[in-house]
Amino acid sequence: MYRIARKDILSEAVVSFEIEAREIANKARAGQFFVLRIDERGERIPLTIADFDRDRGTITTVFQKVGKTTHHLATLGEGDSISDVVGPLGTPTHIDRFGNVICVGGGVGIAPIFPIARALKHAGNTVISIIGARMRELIFWEEKMRSVSDKLIVTTDDGSYGRKAVVTVPLDELLTNNEDIQRVYAIGPAIMMKFVCITTQKHRVKTIVSLNSIMVDATGMCGACRVEVGGETKFACVDGPEFDGHAVDFDVLMARQRMYLSEEKEALEHYRKKKEVS
Amino acid sequence: MGERQETERPKKRIPMREQPPGERARNFMEVPYGYTAEEAVEEASRCLQCLKPMCRLGCPVLVDIPAFIKLIREGRFIEAAWKIKEDNALPAVCGRVCPQEIQCESLCILGKKGEPVAIGNLERFVADFERDAGEIRVPEKLPTTGRRIAVIGSGPAGLACAADLAKLGHHVTIFEALHKPGGVLIYGIPEFRLPKIIVEREVDYIKKLGVDVMVNTVIGKLYTIDELLTEGRYDACFIATGAGLPLFLGIPGENLNGIYSANEFLTRANLMKSYLFPEYDTPVKRGRSVAVIGGGNVAMDAARVALRLGAEKVHLIYRRSEAEMPARRAEIHHAREEGVEFNTLTNPVRFLDDGKGNVSGVECIRMELGEPDESGRRKPVPVKGSEFTIPIDVAIPALGTRSNPLLVSNVPGLGLTKKGYIVADEETGMTTKKGVFAGGDIVTGSATVILALGAGRKSAQAIDDYLKWKFWDTRKFAPS
Ligand SMILES: Cc1cc2nc3c(=O)[nH]c(=O)nc-3n(C[C@H](O)[C@H](O)[C@H](O)COP(=O)(O)OP(=O)(O)OC[C@H]3O[C@@H](n4cnc5c(N)ncnc54)[C@H](O)[C@@H]3O)c2cc1C
Ligand SMILES: Cc1cc2nc3c(=O)[nH]c(=O)nc-3n(C[C@H](O)[C@H](O)[C@H](O)COP(=O)(O)OP(=O)(O)OC[C@H]3O[C@@H](n4cnc5c(N)ncnc54)[C@H](O)[C@@H]3O)c2cc1C
Ligand code: SF4
Ligand code: SF4
Ligand code: FES
Repeated sequence: MYRIARKDILSEAVVSFEIEAREIANKARAGQFFVLRIDERGERIPLTIADFDRDRGTITTVFQKVGKTTHHLATLGEGDSISDVVGPLGTPTHIDRFGNVICVGGGVGIAPIFPIARALKHAGNTVISIIGARMRELIFWEEKMRSVSDKLIVTTDDGSYGRKAVVTVPLDELLTNNEDIQRVYAIGPAIMMKFVCITTQKHRVKTIVSLNSIMVDATGMCGACRVEVGGETKFACVDGPEFDGHAVDFDVLMARQRMYLSEEKEALEHYRKKKEVS
Repeated sequence: MGERQETERPKKRIPMREQPPGERARNFMEVPYGYTAEEAVEEASRCLQCLKPMCRLGCPVLVDIPAFIKLIREGRFIEAAWKIKEDNALPAVCGRVCPQEIQCESLCILGKKGEPVAIGNLERFVADFERDAGEIRVPEKLPTTGRRIAVIGSGPAGLACAADLAKLGHHVTIFEALHKPGGVLIYGIPEFRLPKIIVEREVDYIKKLGVDVMVNTVIGKLYTIDELLTEGRYDACFIATGAGLPLFLGIPGENLNGIYSANEFLTRANLMKSYLFPEYDTPVKRGRSVAVIGGGNVAMDAARVALRLGAEKVHLIYRRSEAEMPARRAEIHHAREEGVEFNTLTNPVRFLDDGKGNVSGVECIRMELGEPDESGRRKPVPVKGSEFTIPIDVAIPALGTRSNPLLVSNVPGLGLTKKGYIVADEETGMTTKKGVFAGGDIVTGSATVILALGAGRKSAQAIDDYLKWKFWDTRKFAPS
């Protein structure tokens, strides 16, 4: 059992947990994720290790309520426990002193981009970060991101906060005005990562994305997470989750993410009904 | 007395009653019911108690078959179970899943003229009897040695090794990546063939021996082997991580929705209990028309699970003929009885798309047997122009598995074969890295439960020796 040491409600749809998992905290590195299963009947879902505190022995995750498991998870509170937590999984981000880099976080992707930006900053890079969401209330961790960035740009689709734009707009400007960007890191919805890659391809800047395919074991045993990169099939859980964005077939990723749409709807309705009864 | 039994000995083997095919093809309950005590005694009475029992030579762990059968005949069922357990820690499992027809039963003398003794059924009976009697005996353990051994993987190889080491007085920790121990017995082999409660009981037994079982621990990610040996203060490691990497066909359309590796399909169904969705959260596509590709146990399991999930049609596609199918005969028989359609000498060429990213069909080509290949088997070759399409909404390639590189490719000093399996001495499990032993599918490639179990036992003995003498014989691995 893994105890929730702290819960923060970041917005109506986004919650953050600090979970006691000392060994994982000791080992976790930027770009890695973990898998959790709430209880005996639960599904295994992957979430990024958005932060870790080796002194406290905790890992932090930020998740968005999208379906049954994440809604259920959000009802848990401080002191409650989660049955299974497995990690750290996935290959850590390759961190080096590249020079100037841009980190782009979209929506709940702001959380997983944070440890990467921090590691890049610590390695001596100049980090420009762009974080964006649909509206003001979905922006979180602004101060955290600012603390690890040389420059931070905030965007909202509806203009309720920061700049009224999607993240690719300032990204394109930066790449146009500044010839000297070595790398771009982007995490967010598949469609956002796809457009980030289209933008950076124009400027020929290497771009790393983190693919959120559907997973089960997350140890390379099942192939649920397969993605197409450079015309080859890869397992996101072990070969990734980070890949060269310019080689990723985002259409395959998005199609595979929709595999269980009807079942997911059924699961959420079933959960809501059961909650009403009890 | 011998004479009297001679005349009364039934000629034919006592069949095991089982759920009727029509009924069982829609539920996940175990297919055979198991023998009653009378049936078991009667079947046991068929055994000739050979002085040179051939059957024993067919068993990879040399279970003393005539001895345990004699105890059954005398009604001493629990002692019979103990007798088996001297050589095989998992009789309830092996009685159910061993390919007896090519092992113990294949060499039984009675098989020469008629039907061999139903050794597997009897093994299953006594193991179940012991369990139902609530008399699971925890054997005596030797005094604590203070030695610590890390076992990685909780499949049959890991469980068997841990049990033996614990009995020898060592402190054993099993590290398992998944949230439940048991390996393929838990995530792969379905409930209707091996009820999970049986595996859980075996694991409980091993815990009773004092073994610590740490689930949710991926070695190679959370700890490396070197960390276990140094910071973890383990004196030795036994790697039993199985051969878990699924193979795909590599044909167009294989990443369409609805196409599962057998590992994924079975893991969803067995480990995650998706047949109980939405009571359990993990979904699985319930195909109406399902294609399973392959001819081994894994393919039969996938096909029969698909039926039980409600498929109207399950097509088993295999490129050779039925005689070459590697699955247990009983599984092939059960699958056919339940309504699985066999398309032998057929090979898939590509998967078709419904335009929305879902699989809608599989194009196949007929094969015919050509010249024998290196292995002496006649090689199937495609028949030109014989392409045809089967409409499907779920496809399950069950083509076997390979070594999962996650752990083994990241252990400095650990020698691997070209295919990524661990190089280990067959008799001891010694690898090229001092203090590290390995056994089971990660050494042999996909094999059987009993072979994995046997490898675990051999390594337990070798580890015990190693801890005494710290002797490491690496000459075996020196390039010749
Ligand atoms: C490496 C990785 C890191 C991730 N990090 C985060 C994170 O930090 N924060 C966050 O909010 N989300 C993250 N996700 C996505 C998260 O796993 C899904 O949102 C979650 O599984 C949804 O479960 P659900 O039951 O609530 O929703 P569902 O209704 O089941 O599904 C909603 C959508 O989530 C995706 N999904 C469903 N099941 C799974 C599954 N088993 N594995 C992966 N995706 C699934 C599907 O695309 C689906 O359409 C990450 C995914 C991956 C692969
Ligand atoms: C569907 C199916 C049906 C089968 N049917 C039969 C049958 O009827 N009869 C028969 O005799 N054989 C059968 N087999 C084969 C048999 O199950 C295997 O040969 C046997 O289980 C191998 O045992 P093992 O201990 O080597 O590995 P496994 O049973 O594969 O167990 C390995 C364990 O190690 C864990 N692991 C892997 N990597 C790590 C890591 N890095 N850290 C921690 N843990 C890790 C895995 O999660 C797994 O639990 C079947 C196999 C399958 C897949
Ligand atoms: S362990 Fe398997 S091979 Fe050995 S006697 Fe039992 S059923 Fe036969
Ligand atoms: S070979 Fe057959 S008859 Fe002889 S001891 Fe073995 S099981 Fe009995
Ligand atoms: S999630 Fe199973 S192989 Fe990646």
